[in-house]
Amino acid sequence: MSRKIDAADKTKEIVFQVKDLAKTYKMGEVEVHALRGANMELYAGELVVLLGPSGSGKSTLLNILGGLDKATSGFVSYRGNDLTKASEQELTEYRRFHVGFVFQFYNLIPSLTALENVAVVTEIAKNPMKPEDALALVGLTERLDHFPAQLSGGEQQRVAIARAISKNPQVMLCDEPTGALDSQTGVVVLEALERVNRELGTATAIITHNVDIAAMADRVIHLSNGRISEVTANKVRKSPHDIQW
Amino acid sequence: MKGQVFAITLVVLSGVSTFVMFITTMHSLDRTRNSFYNDYNFADVFVNLKRAPESLKEKIKEVPGVNRVETRVSAHVKLDINGFSEPVTGQIVSVPDDGQPMLNRLHIRKGRLADSTKDNEVVINETFAHAHGFNLGDKFAAVINGKWKKLTITGIALSPEFVLVMRPYSMSPDFKRYGILWMSRKAISRAYNMEGAFNNIALTLYPGAKVSDVLRELDNIVERYGGYGAYDRKDQISHRLLNEEFNMLRNMSKIFPTIFICVAAFLLNVVMSRTINTQREQVAALKAFGYNNVAIGIHYAQLVVLIVLAGLVLGIVAGIWLGGILGGIYMEVYRFPALVFVLKPWVIISAIFISIASALVGTVHSLWRAAQQPPAEAMRAEPPAKYKITLLEKMGVGRKFSQPTRIIARNIERKPVRTMLSILGIAVACATMISSGFFKDSVDYMVNVQFVLSQKEDMAVGFVEPTSYRALYEIKEMEGVHYAETFRTVPVKFRFGRSSYKTVINGIEPDSRLHPLLDSNLKPVTLPQEGIILNDYLGKILGVKAGDMLTVEILEGSKAIRQVQVVSLVKLYLGVMGYMDVKALNRLMREGEAVSGVYLTADNQYQEKLYRSFVSMPRVSGTIVRKNEIRNFYDVQAKGMLFFTFIATLMAGSISIGVVYNNARIALSERSRELSSLRVLGYTRGEISYILLGELVVIAIAAIPLGFIIGYALCGYIAAALQSDLFRVPLIIEMKTFALAAVVVMISASISGLIVRHKLDHLDLVEVLKTRE
Repeated sequence: MSRKIDAADKTKEIVFQVKDLAKTYKMGEVEVHALRGANMELYAGELVVLLGPSGSGKSTLLNILGGLDKATSGFVSYRGNDLTKASEQELTEYRRFHVGFVFQFYNLIPSLTALENVAVVTEIAKNPMKPEDALALVGLTERLDHFPAQLSGGEQQRVAIARAISKNPQVMLCDEPTGALDSQTGVVVLEALERVNRELGTATAIITHNVDIAAMADRVIHLSNGRISEVTANKVRKSPHDIQW
Repeated sequence: MKGQVFAITLVVLSGVSTFVMFITTMHSLDRTRNSFYNDYNFADVFVNLKRAPESLKEKIKEVPGVNRVETRVSAHVKLDINGFSEPVTGQIVSVPDDGQPMLNRLHIRKGRLADSTKDNEVVINETFAHAHGFNLGDKFAAVINGKWKKLTITGIALSPEFVLVMRPYSMSPDFKRYGILWMSRKAISRAYNMEGAFNNIALTLYPGAKVSDVLRELDNIVERYGGYGAYDRKDQISHRLLNEEFNMLRNMSKIFPTIFICVAAFLLNVVMSRTINTQREQVAALKAFGYNNVAIGIHYAQLVVLIVLAGLVLGIVAGIWLGGILGGIYMEVYRFPALVFVLKPWVIISAIFISIASALVGTVHSLWRAAQQPPAEAMRAEPPAKYKITLLEKMGVGRKFSQPTRIIARNIERKPVRTMLSILGIAVACATMISSGFFKDSVDYMVNVQFVLSQKEDMAVGFVEPTSYRALYEIKEMEGVHYAETFRTVPVKFRFGRSSYKTVINGIEPDSRLHPLLDSNLKPVTLPQEGIILNDYLGKILGVKAGDMLTVEILEGSKAIRQVQVVSLVKLYLGVMGYMDVKALNRLMREGEAVSGVYLTADNQYQEKLYRSFVSMPRVSGTIVRKNEIRNFYDVQAKGMLFFTFIATLMAGSISIGVVYNNARIALSERSRELSSLRVLGYTRGEISYILLGELVVIAIAAIPLGFIIGYALCGYIAAALQSDLFRVPLIIEMKTFALAAVVVMISASISGLIVRHKLDHLDLVEVLKTRE
């Protein structure tokens, strides 16, 4: 089912390029080496799953890609721009205009309705879609005026996806998007992500420790102990509908 | 929580310290006064009369209830002090030839009593000595019964009778221009032809004596000797003003600490409910281990007590220290041998009890909630907070709101009680600030009304006895005098029904140019051709209204009893007096055209020469120079006012910083997650600051007008609480006082905002994504 990455892929447009990326941080007295020299690329339009056990460095990698964290050493570029040298302001702008985030715990604004949670992003984006359209894409047309407290976990996560895609980002970064959801709801959320990737062609990176989810990706990047241990490609992307865990 | 605990400590400190300061100052002054009165035999009743033979003393002793009686000779004198060209007057009081008086004994600070064999020795009161830098052996001149006499100072003393030295009918003490002189009875009797006679009685009463009966009986006895009316301590000027000062302290000790304690309780409530919320998992764990509700409740109650304790201890220390300072300020005006500092244990106990009890009351709800949570529920994460579309948006106003503005509006509306209390807290800070400015504003206003608008004369010249109208022409002829008009002052006792009041009737020339009677709207009051006008405060004391007939006992000359109709009551800020057209007053007195004195305006360069010549005129009892009176008023008030303004500003600042900072910190901790999420989504630091600080700005801006209203009401309450015989504090608040209060609130809000902004700039974006709320 999976095959080793072939040379032909390298002709595709590179969104992220990561070279010898290392990240060390201190947790109390202990030094943690979260990344120890990771190398990878992310190509335009592809859906990649970053797979690895907890502590393997996948969240750290995603956070650095998303401009939320700084690397200790190494190099990350986004469409040729060096993120490791970007200023705080440039990173903010980068997140604002280029990246769509989806998190394990949704991170919605509790005081805003579903529609407004999306509008939070469209208001400051350059070329956004209409918030209603973004919510339609994740199947929430009926729940526009509901507050997070009135939505189920899966619905909240779909609002978060709508929020992430509404700015028409170049890249979607999803950190354990189904981590807090049951399997059934998780599938609905993954379908939404898959649909966005397929219909809008947004490069998508999904972090998970759930091996089953890897089947929906174009490529699977395996992490362990702060390094990329293996990169595999799926010949056929499995529909989330067919995934179960 | 460090910052918040500090803010609460500050507020508790302010509340406890003002409470301790005011109460201990009051207790200290009270104890000091009582021991001075007891140790130096302060008299209970005083009588002034024209002249009575010494033999009358025995008759007075027989009055039921009267204990000890001492007769004295007293006189008002003009003084001339080398190197001080302004008019100075004083009161001479006799001291028995064989030493200390039996009643109203002197506390000799320095030197000794006057030698009875010498007629030129005096003991002077301490404030007068200090004001002029007098020392033992220094000399000054006095006009005694029309004759110049050089007097030598042999002693400097205090007397329970003159704790506060004030010229009769003046508005504020003037230590430089009014002094008390104690002279031997022999010397003063000879000078005033009072040998074997007296004109003043001081006496004490047996416990249980009925004061009003004694006063009536005394009045009957001295009537034929030209009695001016007997009065007891409550009408004795020094005693009365001290009482009013105590009243003020008592009111202050209630108003301000109450405000602080309420604010502190509110802040604790907010902080504790937040703390308990964030610690719900630990609470659940403890409960799971078998801790019961009581133990959990006690744990948090201990935390509350601990937070209060720091402010409490510091507040008590600061209160004692400030009480010492305030006591010292009082001691500059009110002279006692030594301030007995009194720190009653119950003051400390009630400070502890009140602050801890109100803190616990303020937090009881959160404590109860913490104790009530079943462990399993507490361990589960709290569901997302429930929000609603705000009223504003429902009304259609919010349709154009940006999302961040919407967030602000909904957060404010979600916790209406807390928002209201926050607004109230800041408003109270604003109000406290206004109340401190109010003192200055109202005093300025009173001074303006009293000394500028309704006293346009340069000098007021008083005569020893009512004099004929000719005196006016003589004064008008003097070099440098521009204009002069007469006035007549008659000491009286008003009676209406069962009420009576001793004061004076002021006879003023109709359409007076120099001394117009102004009402509280600053409109000149037209004096009726017949009848009397009373100020409304006196009207209230006597219970009279316009049209009533008032009984007037004239306390000089004829000692007649007359009836006069009350024409109207007018609102006046100063004094408690009656006012009549000078002609109508003279008709009432049935004594022709008599004048008590003259108001005059004069050329600047002639003024000094003029009052020098008044000093040498035997018929002139004293001269008051208006501009000196204004300056002196401020000199005496300045220190106390500065102290009060300083304290109030400090307190207002601490409340507004306490409230705003706490609000900001709580808002930050409650919202750091969503603000971080917004940062992740690409919002800039400025944009997320807008959400958090915008909420604070809305609260602060809402608080300011409310603070103005509360401030106005607070000042109204203070003004009512402080109204006294001396003056009614007008409710005058200048625009700049409002502005300053608003500025103090805004500055403290900004400081808190900056601190929070600093924290906002250092949000850990990654951390917040890993945890759920």
